[in-house]
Amino acid sequence: MKNGTAQQLVISGVGGQGVLFLTRLLAEAAMDKGLAVFTSETHGMAQRGGTVISHLKVGDFTSPMIRPGCADGLLVLKEENLDLHAGYGRAGAWAVVNSRHPVPSRQGDCPLEVATVDAFGLAREVASPRSSNLVVLGRAITICRDMFCGPDDIVRVLERRLAGDEQRLHKAVTAFRAGMKAQQ
Amino acid sequence: MKPSRLLLLGNEAIARGLVEAGCAVATAYPGTPSSEILPAVARFRADEKLGGHVQWAVNEKVAFEIAYAASISGLRAAVSMKQVGLNVASDPLMSAAYMGAKGGFLVISADDPGPHSSQTEQDSRLMAMMAKIPVLDPASPLQAKQMVAAGFRLSEEFSIPVLLRPTTRVCHSRQDIELSVPAPCELNPDYRKDPLRWAATPKFRFKLHGELEDKLARIAGWEATRPVQLNRARGGSLAVVASGVAAAHAAEIFKALGLWENLPLYQVLQPYPLHTDFCRKILESCESVLVLEETTGVIEMQLASRGQVRGKLSGDVPSVGEILPEDIEQIVAGFAGVKVAARRIQQAPGRRPTLCAGCPHRAAFFAIKKAAPKGVYPSDIGCYTLGLNLGAVDTVLCMGAAVSQAAGFHHALKNRAKQPPIVATIGDSTFFHSGIAPLVDSVVQKVPFVLVILDNSTTAMTGNQPTAASGWGVNGESLARVDLAAVVKGCGVGFCRQADPYAIKEFAALLKEALAYCRDHGPAVVISKRPCLLDLRRRGGNWEPKQVVVTEACDGCGFCVTQFECPALVLAEGDKQVVLDTMVCTGCGVCVEVCPKKALEVVG
Ligand code: SF4
Ligand code: SF4
Repeated sequence: MKNGTAQQLVISGVGGQGVLFLTRLLAEAAMDKGLAVFTSETHGMAQRGGTVISHLKVGDFTSPMIRPGCADGLLVLKEENLDLHAGYGRAGAWAVVNSRHPVPSRQGDCPLEVATVDAFGLAREVASPRSSNLVVLGRAITICRDMFCGPDDIVRVLERRLAGDEQRLHKAVTAFRAGMKAQQ
Repeated sequence: MKPSRLLLLGNEAIARGLVEAGCAVATAYPGTPSSEILPAVARFRADEKLGGHVQWAVNEKVAFEIAYAASISGLRAAVSMKQVGLNVASDPLMSAAYMGAKGGFLVISADDPGPHSSQTEQDSRLMAMMAKIPVLDPASPLQAKQMVAAGFRLSEEFSIPVLLRPTTRVCHSRQDIELSVPAPCELNPDYRKDPLRWAATPKFRFKLHGELEDKLARIAGWEATRPVQLNRARGGSLAVVASGVAAAHAAEIFKALGLWENLPLYQVLQPYPLHTDFCRKILESCESVLVLEETTGVIEMQLASRGQVRGKLSGDVPSVGEILPEDIEQIVAGFAGVKVAARRIQQAPGRRPTLCAGCPHRAAFFAIKKAAPKGVYPSDIGCYTLGLNLGAVDTVLCMGAAVSQAAGFHHALKNRAKQPPIVATIGDSTFFHSGIAPLVDSVVQKVPFVLVILDNSTTAMTGNQPTAASGWGVNGESLARVDLAAVVKGCGVGFCRQADPYAIKEFAALLKEALAYCRDHGPAVVISKRPCLLDLRRRGGNWEPKQVVVTEACDGCGFCVTQFECPALVLAEGDKQVVLDTMVCTGCGVCVEVCPKKALEVVG
């Protein structure tokens, strides 16, 4: 794997799951570390169609978009999207999938290491059903050792973004930590 | 202390550029992918405590003319819109090109290759070519911001309007961007009468046209917008020329394919007019040049040596749709003679887009189908275009066409033995934008049709901007309200009534009344009055949800799913009854009236 400072991540889900929030969270964590960032988002009519994908590129890039076969990792907030977007992963990329059941890793010419986390279940357990996106992120940050940022960086951004809303912040951080502790 | 580096959306970067460059007047009409520019101008300006004027205008033509008058008065001004909005503003654009600018004047027209959220994939750079004004084509949010400053300088140096043409991928990507301290914003106008120029007669227009050609020739040599070579590769027999986001993709792809060191890659910053010496040199020194640009071959056209140039005209680059980085990878590899595996992501099948749960338009459409089941249904541009799914929208052409097309269909179909009733639909914002003139026309011609104005008190599709009837502006400031019904009556319409579409039966009865009226008297208007639910809840408005349940009486006929299509009502394959998704349901209670079996009930 490349050193942790040039990274391309795909975040995939459906409308209302907080794909954009997660993307901005990671982008700001990168900025805090002085790294250059690009993101690419779905807006407008396209957003009403269901599938939402965003691209996050950290480091020395010029294009906001990730080419198929180039992503280092995928955060998949809805299990069905794994099939749709697995093609973005490079050989040996990781994917963290929101699923209650184990999902097999992919072999073939583009192998993908898949980890799962029951994000809906865990988010509900910590009384924060809308934070399933952060559960997935918590899991990803634990299994991906080369991530450009660590758990503390994420918490710091959350604290800044949700400043003044103690309750929401607490729920968000709890959901994130629940994802970090999850084992499947 | 504010951070000096921010993660900015492309549109926010453009807005920041405007504020930093001392733009005194900014106007716009919302349209994806351009809508976020104006609110961000208002925000940055408030943060920096700057004066000036920022406003949503009733349409793009009006927005253009307001900003242009500021330029004539010596102030820096900008107008922003989406590409089809530029069609609406094309009348003043063509003329302003001749008369020129005094204060820097930027026309920002956001293109939508794909198209993701538009009726066409038209290339605004062609409009610049037709108007004979320069156009700048940014590759990233940061470059878009820089081009705002360059554009103002270009505009002032040559006294000419300048077009800035970002695309969806620039508007809707984010980048970390360094903020600068805004230049002092010149608010002191320098208005001088000069009717020979600003009110030129045809004879002087001829002279102005000559001056314009001369300006263009000089702009084609302007240093600051000259094409740049992105890499250091020494010239061989091949070169690649790219503009906009295609240049950004190409740079990464060159590195990935190992071409960075040996194939020259140029970025064109100003696709029109293309720099004369650049054209000459590249055609002299290369045997073959590949051009990558969206959406039309504007640069390619100007590299006038068909045998040497590969692009859209030669069939090497697709002329339809956006060119994704994976497409560029294939095209560049083929051009350079290197091998690369073809990789493509299948487009997500996804749900077809539908109106939101609880959307008042859905109720109105259902009532229209009830009142005029065999009707002809011209409609218009907005969320309600999705009435297509309900079978209550037959045609969608462009802003305001619902009204004129209703008249046209009447004249075309009136000799049929049985004339179909005509019920047209248009949103409130679209009505103010382009619906008034055709309504006046149909009154004069006594066209028998019913116009339903779907008044949800907002411009919903593009993110809930205010309308002329809202009474507030882009800064949240309080403004005058225009009374929609008074406008309709002022157009000469004799029947104008308002009702709540949630009460489907009463609403359908009113439509029937209107249909009866229009047969003898000409157009009747029904205002369907109900705020956009999304907007209402976002603003913390008063909303008391009803709790709806599916009772035993449901036999799974699916009528509510196929004819009403509320996303909260789901009838999966093999299910005996519909299931109400409580996460999606907004509690509007309208479906209760829709179910023919009375199987949906409000409880509590
Ligand atoms: S709720 Fe009514 S309309 Fe819908 S499937 Fe059941 S019976 Fe049919
Ligand atoms: S009450 Fe009925 S129509 Fe309204 S949102 Fe819920 S399911 Fe849809």
